[in-house]
Amino acid sequence: MLNPTKAVKPVKASGSKSAHRIGGRYWNKYKSLYLLMLPGILFLIIFRYIPLYGITIAFKDFQVKKGILGSDWVGLEHFIYLFGNRSFWSVLGNTVIMSFYKMIFGFPAPIILALVINELKNVRYKKLVQTFTYMPHFISWVVVAGIFLQLLSPGTGPINFVIKSFGMDPVYFLGDPRYFRGTMVFTGIWKSVGWDSVIYIAALTGIDTGLYEAATIDGCTRLKRIWYITIPSIMPIIVMMLIMRSGKLIEDNFDQIFNFLNDGVLSVGDVISTYVYRLGIEKMKYSYATAVDVFRNVVSFVLVFLTNTIAKKAGEEGLW
Amino acid sequence: MQTQDVSVRQSTRKKIHLSTEDQIFYTIINILTAVITISIIFPLMHIVAASFSDPAAVSAGKVIIWPVGFSLEGYQAVFSNKSILTGYANTIFYTVAGTMVNVAMTAMAAYALSRKNVPFMNSIMFMFTFTMMFGAGMVPNFIIMGKYHLLNTRLVMIIPGAIGVQNLIITRTFFRNIPEELLEAARIDGCSDAKYFFSILLPLSKAVLAVITLYYAVGHWNAYFDAFLYLNDRKLYPLQIFLQEILLASNVVDPDPDAAEEMRKLFNLLKYCLIVVSSVPILCFYPFIQKYFVKGVMIGSIKG
Repeated sequence: MLNPTKAVKPVKASGSKSAHRIGGRYWNKYKSLYLLMLPGILFLIIFRYIPLYGITIAFKDFQVKKGILGSDWVGLEHFIYLFGNRSFWSVLGNTVIMSFYKMIFGFPAPIILALVINELKNVRYKKLVQTFTYMPHFISWVVVAGIFLQLLSPGTGPINFVIKSFGMDPVYFLGDPRYFRGTMVFTGIWKSVGWDSVIYIAALTGIDTGLYEAATIDGCTRLKRIWYITIPSIMPIIVMMLIMRSGKLIEDNFDQIFNFLNDGVLSVGDVISTYVYRLGIEKMKYSYATAVDVFRNVVSFVLVFLTNTIAKKAGEEGLW
Repeated sequence: MQTQDVSVRQSTRKKIHLSTEDQIFYTIINILTAVITISIIFPLMHIVAASFSDPAAVSAGKVIIWPVGFSLEGYQAVFSNKSILTGYANTIFYTVAGTMVNVAMTAMAAYALSRKNVPFMNSIMFMFTFTMMFGAGMVPNFIIMGKYHLLNTRLVMIIPGAIGVQNLIITRTFFRNIPEELLEAARIDGCSDAKYFFSILLPLSKAVLAVITLYYAVGHWNAYFDAFLYLNDRKLYPLQIFLQEILLASNVVDPDPDAAEEMRKLFNLLKYCLIVVSSVPILCFYPFIQKYFVKGVMIGSIKG
């Protein structure tokens, strides 16, 4: 055990020597590690950081012929146009409203599911509930959209048959601006509630059962035990998830919205990512679309930062 | 057996203590979970039932969760449709090749990044996590892929997503939890870093490799956006693109109204079966591998 540690020490001690020699020493010592890292670094540079440099076209007048580097700088022109553009504000509003609904209804849903599953005493029934609720997570949004288009179809869908059997008019869940957002929130929860609850269930299993026993002896009711022991115990995880989610307040799920979106609900359903796609890829307004994306990225970054600071001030453990 | 014993013991113990309040509590909990579970599986059961039913019965709203007028017409149509078969083959290729590249690159990078006190590794890790917060976005990616001449190639479905940062973190955390004494012992026996990785660490890490393999494979199987953005050659399309065309085509555009009507009929016949056929590979394996998926969440949730 002693020999290898002795062999390591001289290298560490030489930290103050010239950079070249240190580099050489580290290279010799960790050559195989750096070689194993090489494909990853190349990937990172070629497919993550070079495209990231491409966001400079938000500040340029991008011309396909001139390329990213050769196009002329225009400063904040695209951003000024963006802020004066009414369609941008309506898209931004749609995105924030939809995320807000998803936050209010979608965030507590997996917590509630986890709390309920945690109280189940029959092991087999518990497994069954978990298996079925996790399932939709593994189905693609294209398929989910296909499923709900059939299910909610005003003419042939079973849901509308039930509605019609009560003598009411069929509801256009996906074609009526009044119902579209609600349907998006519901399908979002349907797909992810089970899977999102996994992390809370994991946290719940880690709670010391002694706490519950002590509370029971003190005459605590079941609901009180959940309120005073269970929820405070998983609070750090809830806060962490909330911080991570806060950055998504200005984000949307392209796969979901794009597959459900139709002309009838464009006024409420068009969100930032579908807008960027339409302008950037279909209409080839490359620079403007990138400016929209950059704006979104910056706001989302600021949101995470703010929420983290607030959480820390409130005495919770933040992300950093 | 042991877990069953425990549950039996627990339930007998409960019976002794069960107060009225507890009884009400458990009844509500059981009903609530039943309602949630049913509302989650009902859409799936309806689609499966409709796929085995007579199309006329489906559009008359007779099918709820049990097939009416049993028919395999739709499945015959699916398996004799050329573009669906092409899509299926492409998806299998992208899933197998892509996952192999993913797992190899992720494991190598995660090992290098998991070693402590190696210069530059922390900065590289930061560079990886930074891309989670700040991505290039749709348009720059599209332009750069064009510059690399990757548009309309099979490679574009495999290489640009070679390492998923979430999976990298999971793998790295797992490697970090393997006792360092193992590496020291291997070193004494004259084992190099690379050899330690391939012949000691990897065989010990089957669990995490299984987890990321499954995550990547499901991701490839369901991948849709990259294909949508980067491919326009129908021979290269994965299944999801054909699925989208058929499932979501509300109005088929065809100059000839009869042909359009034909198409619509075919699509109506196809769609339920297509949903089943495209999701069955994942959902069939899913119950057996569920514990690995869940394990991944557990590993990933430990702060590295």
